Parts: sequence; structure tokens; C-alpha cells
Amino acid sequence: MKPRDKQMTIDEVVAQLSDGMTIGIGGWGPRRKPMALVRAILRSDLKDLTIVSWGGADVGLLARAGKIRKLVYAFVSLDSIPLEPNFQRARQSKAIPEIVELDEGMFQTGLYAAAQRLPFLPMRAGLGSDVLVNNPWIKTVASPYADENGDFEELTAVPALRLDVALVHMNRADVHGNATYLGPDPYFDDLFVQAADKAFVSCEQIIDTAGLTVDTPVQRLLISRMMVDGVVETPNGAHFTVCTPDYERDEKFQKAYAAAAGGPEEDWAAFEERFLSGDEDAYQAAVAAFAEEQSK
Amino acid sequence: MTDSTSSTTASRAEVCAAAIADAFKDDGEIFASPMGMLPMLGVRLAKLTSNPDLVISDGESLFLGGVPPLFAKADVVEGWIPFRRVFDVVAYGKRHVMMGATQVDRHGNQNISAIGDFAQPKRQLLGSRGAPGNTVNNRTSYWVPKHSTRVFVEEVDIVSGVGPARAKAAGPGASKYNDIHRVVSNLGVFDVKGAGDTVRLLSVHPGVRVEEVVENTGFALEIPADVPVTREPTESELMIIRNVLDPKSLRDREVPPVDAGASK
Repeated sequence: MKPRDKQMTIDEVVAQLSDGMTIGIGGWGPRRKPMALVRAILRSDLKDLTIVSWGGADVGLLARAGKIRKLVYAFVSLDSIPLEPNFQRARQSKAIPEIVELDEGMFQTGLYAAAQRLPFLPMRAGLGSDVLVNNPWIKTVASPYADENGDFEELTAVPALRLDVALVHMNRADVHGNATYLGPDPYFDDLFVQAADKAFVSCEQIIDTAGLTVDTPVQRLLISRMMVDGVVETPNGAHFTVCTPDYERDEKFQKAYAAAAGGPEEDWAAFEERFLSGDEDAYQAAVAAFAEEQSK
Repeated sequence: MTDSTSSTTASRAEVCAAAIADAFKDDGEIFASPMGMLPMLGVRLAKLTSNPDLVISDGESLFLGGVPPLFAKADVVEGWIPFRRVFDVVAYGKRHVMMGATQVDRHGNQNISAIGDFAQPKRQLLGSRGAPGNTVNNRTSYWVPKHSTRVFVEEVDIVSGVGPARAKAAGPGASKYNDIHRVVSNLGVFDVKGAGDTVRLLSVHPGVRVEEVVENTGFALEIPADVPVTREPTESELMIIRNVLDPKSLRDREVPPVDAGASK
């Protein structure tokens, strides 16, 4: 007997989501983001979401679409374009009602706490900074042990970042939910799925379980099926973020995205109309047409 | 004069690179984390001169065994440093990061989060990134390519990086490993060891007057009676910068060459 088959469609994943949910989005900035699933959320009627993300265009797009009621982040960046125009616009017009800006290490600690079913974990990050001023609900905790000077250090009690749902994008997965990353960095996708009540993995390609460790070390099997509720194959599904070695970031497309996002309303409307008005197949077709245009 | 490969006179960017290298020279065997081009150049210069024990990365996920030119990829790899392990090294403490700063204030606090009111900023920037954690865990320096009263302000709008006074006020958990080492700008070198943990001028770059630094700083700097001039890079440092690390002179894009007559 084989373990169960968890293959789903993009729309079946989105059907599992509901208004007001807390959704963690894996990857890092403009790197290996589950963009096909993000685009599906854009097309849905979902609203009032809490988004938890080391943010890139995932945050920018969801913010521009008015999907975010609360945002938990440490940065939002496109790397080669440091500031994310849609995110800037949302912040500067106060379009996101609730903002939780953390240090990027605190963010990891919060996911660890959630993954380990702890209410918090202590760390130094946050102390003395405005992270604790702007988030007065984040408390400190005194060490029960004296340090070498006899001080009982006061540390940040980083609250667990518990998620209703985690969405991550991996290079390869089997139908059961075991999944590998083939690029340089695992990011924190294993923490996202363990911090969540439900986790959905999109991937470039679904292959046999045996294939997951052919030509790649077993250490790259970051995610175990016991952490996963659904698997969906979305080729080029991280576009326009990087998904090494399957593809690098689409810098030309990102540039066009950022220009439209930072430009007048009609530019953004034209971008939306061209790329975001149809389903994922339509998006990929529009991207292919854009690439062809650019190469001329 | 304009041929940077043959002149023995250092450009402003080259002076900055050597000053950044000096910020890392006494660090020993730690992970040097430069953010941005000039810091990367300075750190690699230090590794090829004053401190070969420095551990450097490709800025992505690899520790590099050699010292490649700016933005070059291929080199010997000596370790793996994905983001999660960067956070581990931050807490472990054997790291010196040189970050950028949209604002730095009199007490050495840094802001990369937002300009204006946090609830509705005039200008949203990156977010706090790792600045709060860096500054209470490992040695932290700042690089400011364009010294002005917009950057050097009395009080930052948002405290991302924590200066020594605020760290002390937050208790030993915050101050124990707080170590704001240097602020290097295109005009001079500073630390935060002035009276009451304030920013102090350590040196002005060749051709920069102290008044020029004062005029471009939005708070009262501590200024010693005699302000030294930042050292010029040696001939071998200039050779390394120009022929090895940055043959395309990318450094001049971040800190444009200064007309010697103009700043006098």
C-alpha cells in the first residue's frame, strides 16, 4: 500500500482557503515564491487575509489587490529593485490596516516557536529597537538564570507565528508531498509548513519518490509528506521570482512589473489586464509572449 | 589625471574602500558581511591585505575560499551559508556586518525601515531587515555613500539598528553584545564613542574640510581638537582595487571621483 496521493489543482488549493485566514508564504523576497498560488488568490474573492512573508512581489501583488488586512514581514524587496512599489504604495496610503514589522531573525524564531507548538521563544533581536515600540503586544521575558555578571537578562519573547495555511514552492515533489529544493538555499519552507495547520506545496515537477534522490543528495529533501496536505504541479509557477536551477529571476518582467506598479493607475490597469486577468495558463502564455517581444 | 589605472593619487572611492578595509582589519577570523558595493570592495581588500583570516561569502549562500572580483561568481567554496545559517552566526556572534543606512542619528541609531510616521510613512523603505538583531548580537558598522543632513539626523524616524545608548537602556540582554564599530561615509570616518554614546568624528578623507562634514551633518558631532586625515590607500592596495577587485571601476558609480579643486 502506498501513502495517499495528494495531487490537487491550483483552484482546489485556493478552495481550501477562506476569508480572514492567516497565510504564510514561503521563499524569500524575490526567490522561489509560490507565485502561481498567489496569482490564484488574486483571482479569488478571498479577503481580509493575514499574510506572513519575507516579502517580495507576493506581498506587493496581494497588497495592490486589497487582499491584506494584516501583514507580518521583516522586509519587502525585489533585490535588484530594492523597494517594492506596490508595497510602498500600500504602506504610504495606509491601505493595509494592521502592520507587524519584525526583525528578519525574529521572524524565523516566530516560525520555530509555532513549529514547535511553543507560545514564544527568547532571543535578543528586537531589544532597544522600534520593533518593540511599534508592536507593543510583543513582550520581553526575564531569564530565570543569572548570567556571568549576575544579571537576569531581559530578552524578547518572540511570539509564535502560527499559520492557518502555508504555501511553498519547491523544485520537485512526489504525489505524497515529499519535496526537494535544488537551488542554493532552502529558505525556511520547512518551518512554514510545520508552523501551519494546513500546508500546500506547489512544484516545478511531480516525479516518482525514487526520483527525488536520483542525482541529488537526500539532504535536499526538505519537506516530508507528513507536513503536507496537497501537492500541485505548476511549471514556471515561481515566475517571476528565481527558482534555480529550473530558471533564474525574470529581470525584464520584474522591471516591467515594478514600472507598472510605480507608475500611474492606467499603467497598472494595463499590466493587470495583460497578465493577471486570466488563469495560470493565460498568465504563462502572456509571459511567453512578453519574453518573445523583449528578445526582438 | 582621469586614467584611474595609472594614477598614484587615490580617488575618493578608493579612500573609502581602504577605510572600510581598516574597519575589518582587527576582526580576526569572523564572517565579514558587507551590504552593498563599496563595503564588499573594502572587505575583500581587507582579506587580501590586513586580515586574510576573514570569512567572506558570495552574498547568496556560499563561503568563498578565494577572493574574487566584485560580483564574480566562480571561486573555491569553503562553506555553506544559507539565510538560516546567517541567523545562526548572528547569534553566535562571530560576524561583522556593514549595513547601509537611510538615516543615522547622533546616538548611532540607524533607520532602513521607513521615513516619517510608522503608521503611515511618507516613504516606505525596505523594512527593518536584520538590523535589530545584528546590532544586539554582532559587530555592526554603517556605510553612507552620500553624507548629508538628510542621512545624518538628530533622531532617526524609526530605530532599526540600535545604538549603544538605547541598547544600555534596554538592559544587559541588549547591550552585552552591542558593538557599533564604525560609520564610514564619503566624507569621513566616525564611531559612536563620543560623550554620552554619541557619534564622533575620527578622520576626514583627504581633501575634505571638517566644516564640510559639520555642514552636512544634522546633529552636533563630537570633534576632537586635531582631526586626522583618513589614510591614503597604499600603492599595493590601489593595484589590488584597480586591477584585481574592481577593474571596471564600479566603485566610481557609488562614490564619484571628486574634482580636487572643488572641495577646497
